[in-house]
Amino acid sequence: MNSATVRNLLVRGMLAGLAAGVLALAVAYLLGEPYVDKAIGFEEAHSHEHEMEVVSRGVQSTAGLATGVLIYGVAFGGIAALAFCFALGRVGRFSPRATALLLSGCALLAVYVVPFLKYPANPPAVGNADTIGKRTTLYFLMMVLSVLLAIAATILGKRLAPRLGNWYATVVAVAAFVLVIGLAYAFLPVVNEVPAHFPASVLWRFRLSALAIQVTLWTGFGLAFGELAERVLNPRPARAAAPSAVTAGGS
Amino acid sequence: MAQHVAQPTATTPALPAKLPIGAIVPWAVFFGILMLVLLYFVGAEQGATSVVSGSDVHEWVHDARHLLGFPCH
Repeated sequence: MNSATVRNLLVRGMLAGLAAGVLALAVAYLLGEPYVDKAIGFEEAHSHEHEMEVVSRGVQSTAGLATGVLIYGVAFGGIAALAFCFALGRVGRFSPRATALLLSGCALLAVYVVPFLKYPANPPAVGNADTIGKRTTLYFLMMVLSVLLAIAATILGKRLAPRLGNWYATVVAVAAFVLVIGLAYAFLPVVNEVPAHFPASVLWRFRLSALAIQVTLWTGFGLAFGELAERVLNPRPARAAAPSAVTAGGS
Repeated sequence: MAQHVAQPTATTPALPAKLPIGAIVPWAVFFGILMLVLLYFVGAEQGATSVVSGSDVHEWVHDARHLLGFPCH
């Protein structure tokens, strides 16, 4: 029964991740792609060597983008569902739906926002090809560190809760997380490979749209998975029916 | 079959039943690794390291890699 519950939640996590991936894909295509194109325009105007095109831009910006974003959604959906199985009933007095949304918010911060603040997303033309190994290592290191510290902070908060109460235990745990992340920011090497004269507005807009993709993905996942998890864990017809949306009035 | 289901009421949700760690771990190990392999192929293959030769994977997911925040090239 319990192993089957885990399997059901895992499958629903991957489906919710796929659905959230579709939303994130729309944001990526509509908000992000224009700046990828602008950055590639800059790259071509400032480079004398012409790369052979293995996959055309038209395919990269549609089918290629969809492949990457949807696999990312499914993969993180599965991982988040497994994390949800551990978190349920262990982090506090939260319903399955609330646990799912809380977990998604924390995942957005730990998996994306914290690494992003140190090593933000870069459009094409930003970044020296010779340092790709170093940059990849640093990015994944920051991601792993942030996730492990978030888990450690959660455990610390749970340990302190009986002594300090939920409020102060949470404050102390978050402060400890911020302090250690701050030290990591201070001691990990800086990466700044923005070429001279790269338009600042393109870089800023690209990074904002990269952030919007992740906010969409994790919010969508939290809401969708929370709904599905609630149905798996509380299969009761007695749940209050949601009032239908008021659509009266012109738009 | 509902012995582990929490009994929520409208005002005070009960603490949801924990899923036993032993039931989660096998799924977490197998699917956790599978999901990380998927993320590796989206995020890093044919960039810093290569399992498959060539650059087809890199070029195919190129835009996703940039927009999802991974270092691409």
